[in-house]
Amino acid sequence: MTPARVAVAATVNGRARAFEVEAHHTLLESLRDDLGLTGTKECCLVGECGACTVLVDGRSVDSCLMLAVEADGATIETVEGLAGRAGLSAVQAAFLDTGAAQCGFCIPGQLMSAVALLADTPHPSRAEIEEGLAGNLCRCAGYEQIFEAVERAADAVAPARARTAEPRVDVAAIPDAKVAPQ
Amino acid sequence: MRPFAYERPDRIADAVAILAEAGDRARLLAGGTDLIIRLRDGTVRPDVVVDVKRIADLDAGIRESDGRLVIGGRAVMTDIAAHPVVRRVLTGLAEAASVVGSAQIRNRATLAGNIGNASPAADTVPALLVHDATVVVQGVDGQRRIPIDEVFVRSGVTTIRHDELITAIELPLPDDPSGSAHQRRTRRRGHDLASVTVACVIGRDGVTRLSYGSVGPRPLLRSDERGVLADRGRPDDERRAVLDALFTDAAPSASSMRASPEYRLAMLRVLGWRAVETALARRGEAAA
Repeated sequence: MTPARVAVAATVNGRARAFEVEAHHTLLESLRDDLGLTGTKECCLVGECGACTVLVDGRSVDSCLMLAVEADGATIETVEGLAGRAGLSAVQAAFLDTGAAQCGFCIPGQLMSAVALLADTPHPSRAEIEEGLAGNLCRCAGYEQIFEAVERAADAVAPARARTAEPRVDVAAIPDAKVAPQ
Repeated sequence: MRPFAYERPDRIADAVAILAEAGDRARLLAGGTDLIIRLRDGTVRPDVVVDVKRIADLDAGIRESDGRLVIGGRAVMTDIAAHPVVRRVLTGLAEAASVVGSAQIRNRATLAGNIGNASPAADTVPALLVHDATVVVQGVDGQRRIPIDEVFVRSGVTTIRHDELITAIELPLPDDPSGSAHQRRTRRRGHDLASVTVACVIGRDGVTRLSYGSVGPRPLLRSDERGVLADRGRPDDERRAVLDALFTDAAPSASSMRASPEYRLAMLRVLGWRAVETALARRGEAAA
């Protein structure tokens, strides 16, 4: 079958972009190969590692599990969009401060999940951070530094309130819940 | 990924017309969290992929209507897990939706897709069974309302026809305070497929509805009509014997790599007991 090309218009990191994609290409492929945004990483391609995490209309998604055509009309944010003219975002700065990046490959995805989590839950508990970033694997196992960075970023952006004690989804009430002991 | 034609209908009628014409050469795309993996590994090779996300008359919302909660065919796990009525009254379903995949997966995966895929390990299906869901489907011959227990045949096979689209999932909202719970066992915390899933609802009348998955070709629904399980005044031995009897049809596969049959059966009893006790505690809170 001749690959069908489909026109896509999307806002990517604040910029209106119009491009053509093949229907069987993923958003991940399009971001990297059509738009040159290689900050978003390709890794497991089955939605387990989170290296390809981007925000679509404000929600974190694995861009390897979404067709590029599905992004038509959407607002996409990738790691390239985090830093502004004034420099790194608070989340990026916190990742640097805590030494969260070791090899660095998972960090774009970790950052995007952290941004999505903090947008939804400005003062996450440690359990909420673990759950919010559960879809992002780090082979260097730098999880402590990553979680600490998210806590620091939360405090930097909105220091007024203490972090909430309980996860938003009440999994802590379940004996077999997948929330870590504190 | 093998090339395919991409269709993005804006009405249910157009979508089912495409499905009817293409037959098994078409695949529905909702959240894509299962389909795109299978498109990439070649286990499904459709000629046409029908994206349902622009169908105007296919709801992505959750609303109450005539004593029922109606979950739209496009509703995603994140929204189901966060919905206040689901969390308060259909707690087992909220818990199940909240453990599907990761945040990224829950932001895309739909409840309709979890049903349509008919995985024996589907997280939400035991909860839908105990909460007595009805699956509303639309095909070229019109609408059908299928009780959820009549949907599943075996892994990947349902009674939903090829030209039919799941347009909504309806759940009765109980008048009386009931308690429900969902439990599952995974190999590791975080993001994993379930080795055992259990859901349970206990009504004020003492009837326990219990469902379990990942231990056979499809999730099963059983009940204790006599109220023994729900009666904490009875000895635990008697209650546990009733619980064990509900699990006699569990038949986990020996070929699954996630857990051995012996482990699954042992965990089924542990999680079943926890689900019953949690549901009882919640029923007490709801009545208070």
